[in-house]
Amino acid sequence: MDNLILTDFLTLTGIAFIAALILYFVSQKFHTEEDSRIREVEAMLPQANCGACGRAGCHDFAVACTKCTPQGFAKLYCPVGGAKVMNRIAEYLGMAAPSREKTVAVLRCNGSCQNAPAKVNYNGIQFCRIAHNISSGQSGCPDGCLRLGDCIKVCKFGALSLNPQTGLPQVDEEKCTSCGACVNICPRNLFEIRLKGKNNKRVYVACRNRQKGALARQNCKAACIGCMKCAKLCPEIRIEDNLSYIPDTVDAAKYGRQLAQTCPTGAITYIDEKEKQND
Amino acid sequence: MTKTFPTGGIHPQKYKLASDIAITDAGLPEYVSIPVKQHIGAPAKIIVSRGDKVKVGTLLAAADGIVSAPVHSSVSGEIVRIDRQEDSSGYYEDMITIKVEGDEYIREIDTSGKLIKNIPDNPEEIMQSIRNAGIVGLGGAGYPTPIKTTVPEGRKAEYLIVNGIECEPFLCADDRLMQEKAEEIIIGAKIINKLLGIQKAIIAIDENKPQAIEIMTRLTKSYVGVNVRTCESKYPQGSEKQLITAITGREVPIAKRPIDIGCIVQNVGTVFAVYEAVMKKKPLFERIITVSGDAAEKSANFRVRIGTPADFLINKIGGLTENTAEVIFGGPFMGTSVANLQAPVTKLTSGILLLSGKIAAKEPETACIRCGKCVDACPQGLMPFEIARRARNNDFSQLMQLHARDCIECGSCAYICPARIPLLDYCKISKAEAKKILKKQ
Repeated sequence: MDNLILTDFLTLTGIAFIAALILYFVSQKFHTEEDSRIREVEAMLPQANCGACGRAGCHDFAVACTKCTPQGFAKLYCPVGGAKVMNRIAEYLGMAAPSREKTVAVLRCNGSCQNAPAKVNYNGIQFCRIAHNISSGQSGCPDGCLRLGDCIKVCKFGALSLNPQTGLPQVDEEKCTSCGACVNICPRNLFEIRLKGKNNKRVYVACRNRQKGALARQNCKAACIGCMKCAKLCPEIRIEDNLSYIPDTVDAAKYGRQLAQTCPTGAITYIDEKEKQND
Repeated sequence: MTKTFPTGGIHPQKYKLASDIAITDAGLPEYVSIPVKQHIGAPAKIIVSRGDKVKVGTLLAAADGIVSAPVHSSVSGEIVRIDRQEDSSGYYEDMITIKVEGDEYIREIDTSGKLIKNIPDNPEEIMQSIRNAGIVGLGGAGYPTPIKTTVPEGRKAEYLIVNGIECEPFLCADDRLMQEKAEEIIIGAKIINKLLGIQKAIIAIDENKPQAIEIMTRLTKSYVGVNVRTCESKYPQGSEKQLITAITGREVPIAKRPIDIGCIVQNVGTVFAVYEAVMKKKPLFERIITVSGDAAEKSANFRVRIGTPADFLINKIGGLTENTAEVIFGGPFMGTSVANLQAPVTKLTSGILLLSGKIAAKEPETACIRCGKCVDACPQGLMPFEIARRARNNDFSQLMQLHARDCIECGSCAYICPARIPLLDYCKISKAEAKKILKKQ
């Protein structure tokens, strides 16, 4: 019996030794030098692998950073890490840091439980994508938020949560990295990545309903009715198909409060972070 | 011997409450709203305007392109509205609303009940009649019939299968149609035979319709080439792919159409509409629907004008009852629940069902116990639990290997699941995702 154990031990050790030798020679023979900077750059990235940069993941982004020209580098941007991370990478690679203004996801719907009360009872699976295919939703608005939270499930940063009072998802600005996952998942395309704005002041139309005013108001009190009042105030605002759109270029500090007060339905939302904090 | 498809299938309770109730006319409502898109493909182009007087059979909207179908007026009266109105799902669709005045038909339509047997010789002429009548697949998909009956170059039609299988619980409209208009259906099948240039037609009926089988078998004896085949009463026997496998033993390959293996399947309702269009010059403006349900006071089979509001028909059978939990357009498996009771009946509505809480209830989902019942039940031979698990976790990397896009959305998996997992919904998400991947490629 001793003999058996000994032979086994020796045979296996022998195989292991030979295999190790083969592996050693193969690795010497076919050795390729990987750019050592890739690992360094990758370590600086947030490791969220969210794909917000347009690459397959953080490693892919790091490869792109090390391989590109200075002009190409200006086009690369990690929205999750933001300027801080991009500055570090730029410094490490000796290139000019690309600068981008801070952005955040906003929900363009104000169809809360109060504004757009449920008309029909949906008892199916709690997925927006399914509910969207079955019907126009509980409130009856064909373009409004379904309030089932597909966006919350898909957010990797915990920036979205369902507000129990309104029933709508709300964005935590501190946590939102504007990766765009919610924009892609929403079957009604309600999320938009917008500039955070100077002093965190933003103004936007929280409605996507393109129906005529009377019809839109039947389902939701806060629907945009395309009344043109905002367009008269600020010429940059466009109104198409009974729906107003405020572009990012509109100065929120100058027009924001005025626009929100002018809007007869309250579809225009003005956000002033400082005011929020003071409250 | 009864025939069936080899893999999967379920045996739900039949609830054929209306199978012995004769088809009656539903009558005329005050207003009808006719959607311009009642088929797969481009919406029809509206050619009338507000204030126009129309008769039964007047063309309201013309087909826009090849994959499209015209829409005709189902009543006589005055057009009062042309705008977007809520359909059964709550979304807004282009509709034409007509205020009903009298019941006057256009001159071309032969309104006598006489049976006409001599089929026109020219296939072109037949095709033109079908195209002008706006006939689409009445089984539910709404694929324009002229395209389905055109054999593409390089293909050869061998079998015409007339689908008389109504495997969904509650629905009896096709059953009644076969009992009452059997000979018309047989002649309709011969008309389509002429179009395809073949001699044979098979009428497939499931075994829970003994009267229809008896009548059809008796009448087909005097018609050469038309045969009746009895199929096992199993869900989803009426699905196109499953029916072809049951009758011919052939299987429709992935991403191929039935014509690629020489088969053409037409619903009995469609075949009857073809008969009426060719022989009576009658456009498709009415259809047979079952109004039933376990919560309904009584059941009925109605001949309904397209555009009749659902609540008009529900009131005919005693209105919404206390214990109605859900109203459904179509069958309980494939149908959609209704968000708006004023929604009009379209060419594709095969039934209106009032279901009680007992049937409509959604029980809470529990964990998958890996029993494999969904795999056994899937008529397409897929693995619903695997597809669902990945859909829930937003992992769509294996969709092609799991063949998620071959799901026919029959709902057998969700019906059989002891853990009450909404497998069908997850499969639908995966299917949509698989289509996106295919588009990218």
